[in-house]
Amino acid sequence: MIFVTTGTQLPFPRLIDAMNELAGALDERIVAQVGPDHGNWPSLECRTHLSPKAFEAHFREARVVVAHAGIGSILSARVFRKPLIIMPRQYALGEHRNDHQIATAREVSARPGLYVAHDQVALRVLLARSDLQKPNAGSGAETRRLIGYLRNYIQNAA
Amino acid sequence: MTKKILAVASAGGHWQQLMLMRPAFAAHEVHYITTLKGLSEQFGASPASLVPDCNRNTALRATLCFVKLIGLILRIRPDVVISTGALPGVIALALGRAVGAQTIWVDSVANAQEMSSSGRLAKRFARLCLSQWETPARAEGVDFAGSIL
Repeated sequence: MIFVTTGTQLPFPRLIDAMNELAGALDERIVAQVGPDHGNWPSLECRTHLSPKAFEAHFREARVVVAHAGIGSILSARVFRKPLIIMPRQYALGEHRNDHQIATAREVSARPGLYVAHDQVALRVLLARSDLQKPNAGSGAETRRLIGYLRNYIQNAA
Repeated sequence: MTKKILAVASAGGHWQQLMLMRPAFAAHEVHYITTLKGLSEQFGASPASLVPDCNRNTALRATLCFVKLIGLILRIRPDVVISTGALPGVIALALGRAVGAQTIWVDSVANAQEMSSSGRLAKRFARLCLSQWETPARAEGVDFAGSIL
């Protein structure tokens, strides 16, 4: 199963359209959380919103997850150890307030288990692969540093 | 000494980042606030309260959120208010500051190039303001002390 998610806030029809067009060649069940959007995507099982519980269940069941380049999606892929393909939202196409998702994608693209597709062609190539890796689960040195810093600050806060 | 912490994040990435920071709060009494029903239960974060989600374009919801947060802050009387975003967190920081709490903003790791607009607003109310990337931290004159990514 492929799970597609556009996050909690905005619609992302470019991604959903792409998945709908690719569905025929994939021969795989596709569940898409499409957000506040009402397109015609007959090849997908669309949901507007998912409860946190249902979101987790779909994430766990998926072979691969396709998402916008949101931090929630990236962290979920890490928690549930699922290969993640991210398509960053573009400001020029009215998909977000600015291009921060492109910056996010650039920063995480070298990490294992995280793949970036800027368009439908790249998405098709990645979804056809059978060797997609899982992201690393654990938190690294940068995370331990942040937590240690906050812990000290809170402890010493007068 | 055990402190009372109010930890605020809207649903989605902001909340997930806050959850990853929980080890920093482990020694203290934490009250969580988010914007989506069922979310705190999924993460075993309790006690928790819900406030309406809001942003710059939803004045009415921002007002409702503000009123709800006033009630919560007067009841909980936190020593520390911490938020990863977005606007509900800024409001919580402003109110926290008004009742003498220490206030901490950790800008979302989503903002690798420039600080979020809520972060730039939060800077006014946050005693400790962190960006999770060095470039925006330098540009905004705030601190960098690691990242959850």
